Amino acid sequence: MNEMANSIRTGPDDRGHFGIFGGRYVAETLMPLILDLEQHYNDAKNDPAFHAEIEDLNKHYTGRPSPLYFAERLTEELGGAKVYFKRDELNHTGSHKINNCLGQILLAKRMGKTRIIAETGAGQHGVATATVCARFGLPCVVYMGKTDVERQKPNVFRMKLLGAEIVPVTAGAGTLKDAMNEALRDWVTNVDDTYYLIGTAAGPHPYPEMVRDFQSVIGKELREQMMEAEGRLPDALVAAVGGGSNAIGLFHPFLDDKNIKMYGVEAGGRGLQGEEHCASLTAGKPGVLHGNRTYLLQNDDGQILEGHSISAGLDYPGIGPEHSWLKEIGRVEYVPIMDTEALEAFQMLTRVEGIIPALEPAHALAYVTKLAPRMDKDQIIVMNLCGRGDKDVFAVGEMLGFDL
Amino acid sequence: MTQTRIDRRFKACADAGRPALVTFITAGDPDLDTSQAILNALPAAGADVIELGMPFSDPMAEGIPIQLANQRALAAGQTMEKTLDMVRAFRKQDQETPIILMGYYNPIYVRDPVKFVQIAKDAGVDGLIIVDIPAEADDELCIPALDAGLNFIRLATPTTDDKRLPAVLANTSGFVYYVSVTGITGADIADTGRVADAVNRIKGHTDLPVAVGFGVKTAEQAAVIGKDADGVVVGSVLVNAIRDSLDETGKATDRTVQAVADVVAGLAAGCDRARRS
Repeated sequence: MNEMANSIRTGPDDRGHFGIFGGRYVAETLMPLILDLEQHYNDAKNDPAFHAEIEDLNKHYTGRPSPLYFAERLTEELGGAKVYFKRDELNHTGSHKINNCLGQILLAKRMGKTRIIAETGAGQHGVATATVCARFGLPCVVYMGKTDVERQKPNVFRMKLLGAEIVPVTAGAGTLKDAMNEALRDWVTNVDDTYYLIGTAAGPHPYPEMVRDFQSVIGKELREQMMEAEGRLPDALVAAVGGGSNAIGLFHPFLDDKNIKMYGVEAGGRGLQGEEHCASLTAGKPGVLHGNRTYLLQNDDGQILEGHSISAGLDYPGIGPEHSWLKEIGRVEYVPIMDTEALEAFQMLTRVEGIIPALEPAHALAYVTKLAPRMDKDQIIVMNLCGRGDKDVFAVGEMLGFDL
Repeated sequence: MTQTRIDRRFKACADAGRPALVTFITAGDPDLDTSQAILNALPAAGADVIELGMPFSDPMAEGIPIQLANQRALAAGQTMEKTLDMVRAFRKQDQETPIILMGYYNPIYVRDPVKFVQIAKDAGVDGLIIVDIPAEADDELCIPALDAGLNFIRLATPTTDDKRLPAVLANTSGFVYYVSVTGITGADIADTGRVADAVNRIKGHTDLPVAVGFGVKTAEQAAVIGKDADGVVVGSVLVNAIRDSLDETGKATDRTVQAVADVVAGLAAGCDRARRS
């Protein structure tokens, strides 16, 4: 067996499958578009000019590489493994979402598309999409559940300032999955000029692969930075998973480094017993939605559930298909963190390190506070600090009883 | 494959010199009993073929009318078992009108496709139209359905070009469902001339009947489209008739069943006129 045969980084196969997961489950109207997208992405992947343009934008527009930061005080406080943060919250627009949006907008331009659509939950992907559309002068329509429009007003205003049109979606419960349905309805209607810029490593092939590739800049940078900082690779990686794009971006470059443990942290919401969580991998089962087979929160009849999380960015009943596969083969461990634990971690990081995290990485951090004390002092954990907390300050204030 | 109820019905309509009227309702909309009464009333009202929608929480290809129908049905407690029960009850009174289950893959996937197609066949189902499972995934559901003796009706769309069409038609049986627009159900048909061209393009690739749907709302449209098409599919206009007949709390009234039957009768008259001018 050669090295490639042993690698778990070679997926998906040519039909977009990671094991049984992934694939292309879309209406016939969209099939030719998805095949066309795949063709263009494969061409772009092999074009050095495409990569050079992304690298240039990553450096000068986003501010990459994002720093690798040793959280000294937190490490002391936890009394175990050394904790590092990959600081993607310092990116332009405040999260890892921009990494993917820049890659896809360049692809849309290559394809000659003249109109961009996107879905958004918390609004981070919507803001990043509206940002790159402003940067490249393309009209942008963002679908956002009506419930989310109401609870994420600052991001709605940001998107409007950036020139995007926001379409509130009233179907269903008016959250992220309904926004994604509506974006798909737009795409199936506007097949000639429109590019659908999906925000996470899910959806029909080639999106999970493509989004992962654009987000893998996180893990690639980390490998170099870690060697520089410690002269060796970390022992554990931790990232929050909603759809799973920041996590797959962190994990993927290290999947074949068998000694590195990986933890994907899901939104446990108010507990896994009822339906008020978004832990699709821990408490869901395989199904087909939004173009891919993956773990989903669903009832026995195959109806998709809405889920709940304190963090709107984790509030999605599915998960990228590669994560489903990594769970099945046991390469990554997926663990739930409750709303209350995330809220505590949010406050702790603010106090101990002077960094206000978004509620999404606050979930990852809550798991780090459990993991680090169980590890030796000479071991290393790297957590992806994938978003900053500005957007969450008002919601957290309300939960903590501050009158803002 | 031996002749199926769908084959026989399209042939009978062709022999009678008219397109088949294919009617869509969502199972369980607005409630199980009313939906059963509507289903049972469709053949006498003029429906030649029935598409029974399997409600799904995330009907991505539907416009607002059928989205709402799905929501009404699920809110009223509809499940796949109840939908199959509706077919079983219908078969006690009607052995000839084909019923096609239409919907999305997940509610079938969670039940195991191979088991599901046999249960559906035994219940009296004749075919499946599953929106989100393309020809590339035929081995998962289409082939087991054909093996169980069901027809598997594939959608062809304006984006399905001549190069792709053979792959789409390869395992299709019963009829081909041509989606008249790039868009969602209940959209407006912009140009009936282009629809006719597309129908004749598809007929160049297959001997199967071609039915046209997505956006047919009036008897006049049915008459025009039915000149070239072998079948005319109507859905949104029927579920809108259901919606308009409900009381202010969203409950069925004594007008609901008749409201649908009246619309079907009007569309059937349009189909009758299609080939007479």
